[in-house]
Amino acid sequence: MEKSRPDRLRSSLALWRDERFLRLIGQVVFLLILAGIITYLTRNMLANLRQQGMGLGFDFLRLTAGFDIGEHIISYDRSQSFLRAFLVGFLNTALVSGLGIFFATVLGLIFGVARLSSNFLIQRLARAYIEFLRNIPLLVLLIFWYTGVFIKLPRVKEAIALPGQVLLSNRGVAIPWGIPTETFPLYIRILGLGAILAVAIGISLVWYGRRSGRAPIPVLWSFLIFLAAAILGWMALPMSPLLLDLPALQGLRLAGGKQLSPEFMALLSGLAIYTSAFIADVVRTGIQAVARGQVEAAKSMGLSGIQTLRLVVIPQALRVMIPPLTSQYLNLTKNSSLAVAIGYPELFHVSGTILNQSGRAVEMITLVMATYLMISLLTSAFMNWYNRRVRLVER
Amino acid sequence: MTRKTYSLFAILVILALLVAACGGRATTAAPQEPASGAEAPPVVETVEVVKTVIVTVEVPAAAPAATPQVKIQVAEAPGFGETLKAVQERGNLICGVNGQLPGFSYLNPDGSYAGFDADFCRALAAAIFGDVSKVEFRQLTTSERFTALQTGEIDVLIRNTTWTLSRDSAELGLNFAGTTFYDGQGIMVPADSGLATLKDLEGGTICVQKGTTTELNLADVMATNGINYTPAVFDDVNATYGAYAEGRCDAATSDKSQLSSVAKGLLPDPDKHVIMDVTLSKEPLGPAVRQGDDQWFDIVKWVIFTTFASEEYGVSSTNVDEQRGSTTNPEVKRLLGVEGEMGLKLGLTNDWAYNVIKLVGNYSEIYARNLGEDTPTFIPRGLNSLYKDGGVLYSPPFR
Repeated sequence: MEKSRPDRLRSSLALWRDERFLRLIGQVVFLLILAGIITYLTRNMLANLRQQGMGLGFDFLRLTAGFDIGEHIISYDRSQSFLRAFLVGFLNTALVSGLGIFFATVLGLIFGVARLSSNFLIQRLARAYIEFLRNIPLLVLLIFWYTGVFIKLPRVKEAIALPGQVLLSNRGVAIPWGIPTETFPLYIRILGLGAILAVAIGISLVWYGRRSGRAPIPVLWSFLIFLAAAILGWMALPMSPLLLDLPALQGLRLAGGKQLSPEFMALLSGLAIYTSAFIADVVRTGIQAVARGQVEAAKSMGLSGIQTLRLVVIPQALRVMIPPLTSQYLNLTKNSSLAVAIGYPELFHVSGTILNQSGRAVEMITLVMATYLMISLLTSAFMNWYNRRVRLVER
Repeated sequence: MTRKTYSLFAILVILALLVAACGGRATTAAPQEPASGAEAPPVVETVEVVKTVIVTVEVPAAAPAATPQVKIQVAEAPGFGETLKAVQERGNLICGVNGQLPGFSYLNPDGSYAGFDADFCRALAAAIFGDVSKVEFRQLTTSERFTALQTGEIDVLIRNTTWTLSRDSAELGLNFAGTTFYDGQGIMVPADSGLATLKDLEGGTICVQKGTTTELNLADVMATNGINYTPAVFDDVNATYGAYAEGRCDAATSDKSQLSSVAKGLLPDPDKHVIMDVTLSKEPLGPAVRQGDDQWFDIVKWVIFTTFASEEYGVSSTNVDEQRGSTTNPEVKRLLGVEGEMGLKLGLTNDWAYNVIKLVGNYSEIYARNLGEDTPTFIPRGLNSLYKDGGVLYSPPFR
């Protein structure tokens, strides 16, 4: 009975004067206009394609690619499909982004902390580094690294040898690399076991620490155990699982070891250094966001400098740092497409070739966008998960 | 309760709007089809089209029964005559060129384009407008060129593009209007490297431009000969040869014309590079147009033939006026528009070919101006001579 009264009241109100109805209708109209525009554009495109006798579809990805790609992680040659070529590009993007994120984070942490140093020189240098890099375009930096540094290195025959048999030449950087032998698969299993053991001991140490209140550092112990397993395993096997392969000049090229092309090196250095400047600022703001009182409180409780940093400052700083860090990681990944300017065969570069050789502009651009979107969404999903873990739990 | 009724109402509204939208579409679409069907018989335009078709095919007084068939074919061809109309309305021709290739299309210090390809753009403008300045050049990279043409950003692509089946077929939606330059793929190496045969390149790195037939030929030839190599692929001419000049690659590969023009125009030490005596492929280079506009296709094709034919008959920019007045050769008369209505058949004026020859010149003049002995980008004519002189340039009759 009581419920029906407001109902009747509402229904007495004219529909076009009901705010909720108006809001709803506004949204519906907006949606319809949007759908209309998209439909119009799609139809227009399809009609134009049809007029030129071209269809739309992804079948062409199965056709033979016919071109070679300079760098590939998975096996690839000209007789494989466009799809395989696309995959090669995707993996190259993943490789350079993954390594780029790692190096950018390390450099960013160093410069971020250095930026807050009480040592005047270090602080100024870090500041100059950050300000300089933040204020030049990435493309300029990439081209500088490529045309100004890596292909200006001496020619192959006069390659510079760095200690540890690292060879620098304008064909790239050659580093010593391990060649897997017969015992390598077995060694991988030993490493796996070591990792499981290390994690188990780490967890039990955390558990023990919670119970007794005296916490040894679980991460350190886990790492030591893993290291021990790795070394013991290496010694125990009858044959060394990896043979060291040193690069050396052979005919026209450097053979042996691992060859990192100038394009790859330029892209990696450019991306890592450029993004590290932004990460340094993220780190600095994160640390500064921790209230001064927290540090003072930690000190007055008798925690040492390291303990203050490890137990009080970093856990709270991480909370602030994760979201902007995520967007820096995404930027780095997306920026790797600028490699097209220096010729590293990453996703966008290879897609450009496929587009041109197959003539399928609409499909390829869609595929490229979808792939970048997928990479970005996966990265954000991971970072959001991590963010939820380190978030301040409010009770 | 109330929320439910609202959501129900909202759904109803959406449905109603959708139905209205669909209904609207259906009703607007429905009358269109019969209308277009009804349009066909009486309209004058189609009749004109039919006339031109009959004339070019030269079926004098074709059987009336055959006419409707021809009409249907022409009427169905999408965009017949559209490009010429658009160009004439716009008042200039948009021509896609390379722009970085000395001898073919290159930006002069004064901002104008020069080169063999650029001159063919001008010849086309001369045929349409009788004015070579009515060309707008669009500089395109190899990966942009086809999309630019497909989307109608340019009217014609004259950018040292190789004519291949897959590009000519429906896959790319293009038509190649002939060959202006017969080329072959070569390999350039530094002279002091001592590389002379393909086998010498084993294990080497080769600079190549992205999205070209060269890239594909290189992969083919190397696979056939079982030679391992690493391609270094770059997006434009300057990046490719810049990297080669720095010694990033042991060799650079492209069409021989490009290698020779680049070596002479872009490399700091042109004498220190040689083109290996190896030809990897056939590279017929020529203008491309969109599929579907046969009139435009014909115009571009016959502008090229005009340059061939005028060289064959000895008509050049210097003597064209004199020839026009005094010639007794009926073929030349038709070419210069003194006799017959060749231009009208293409949708142009009858002095179209006269304008091409007068304003741009015949093939040998265009060649000599850009790639001749007196130019820094000299390439021997070789295959690009008239069939009479041992080459493969051959124009169908102007009749």
